[in-house]
Amino acid sequence: MSRWLALAHRLSGLALALFLPVHFWVLGRALELDAFLAWTEQPLVKFAEWGLVVLLALHLAGGLRVLMLEFLPWRDWAKGLAAGVAGFALAAGLAFALAL
Amino acid sequence: MSATLNVSVWRGGADGAYRDYEVPRHESQTVLDVVTHIQRALDPTLAYRYACRVGMCGSCAMTVNGAPRWTCRTHVDKVYKNRKLEIAPLRNLPVIRDLVADMREFFDKWARARGQFRGARTKADDFARVAPGSEARKLVDAAIECIGCGVCYSACDVVAAIPEYLGPAALNRAWTLAKDERDTLGVDRLRAVAGDAGCHACHTHMSCTERCPKGLSPTAGISGLKRAVAGAALRGEL
Repeated sequence: MSRWLALAHRLSGLALALFLPVHFWVLGRALELDAFLAWTEQPLVKFAEWGLVVLLALHLAGGLRVLMLEFLPWRDWAKGLAAGVAGFALAAGLAFALAL
Repeated sequence: MSATLNVSVWRGGADGAYRDYEVPRHESQTVLDVVTHIQRALDPTLAYRYACRVGMCGSCAMTVNGAPRWTCRTHVDKVYKNRKLEIAPLRNLPVIRDLVADMREFFDKWARARGQFRGARTKADDFARVAPGSEARKLVDAAIECIGCGVCYSACDVVAAIPEYLGPAALNRAWTLAKDERDTLGVDRLRAVAGDAGCHACHTHMSCTERCPKGLSPTAGISGLKRAVAGAALRGEL
């Protein structure tokens, strides 16, 4: 479980890093923002946004897991942290999907 | 329950291959029983290691259906999947022959992690008394039960990626000594386990914790070492 989560954590980090330039590019076009926001109403873009939210949740919780493992005194529940991270990402994904 | 087991066993060195055997199935049969049957009844040239048969000595670990396990206490019922039992030597170690892995590098790393106890007392002194309820002792209550079977080392992805990495067992040993109030090696040991080949290389995949047949968590010790090294570095001791 933990090794797959570690892989997902790293891949989500890579994917988010690739997204970052696009993010800045959009911010740089602030003057045409309304037109851009209209473009984001397309279903496919919404779906991509959902993916982004899941990646962010996964990466955030994955990072917290590593910090907890490395800086908090060991507890037996540490073994279940990976499942907690996966659950958090899933919950964030579902919550965002419901809000769409 | 079928009457026979289909067993594939690794034969030869690194360039060997699997050979198939049919082994009679019994109730409460262990994987070690299967290997022993093959050697005694089917092919006396099969090389493998075991000693105690009861989960104490740590010599019979092998890769069973892809995962490292102690074979003497692994029941066939638990691992016999898709009518196939595949038995190979431990991963991450050189193969000597058949199911026998070369453990030298594994134990050399215990030495490199300064896994030797170094006390200050002599035989003229009285016994050292360690309070069982002290914080430091409680931290290693589980970790000192390691039997050195090599299962964690074989399960570790970091060992597979970085051959110099000391590995979970050696670091677990260093952790038990770092928390031993009688031990005097202190910062020297922390220096030995810090760095690229030491505790900081651990990516907390926790395969060691998942696979340890004794239910220990080397990850716990490794993260403890990370904090101990960080503390020593902050105090300027390293």
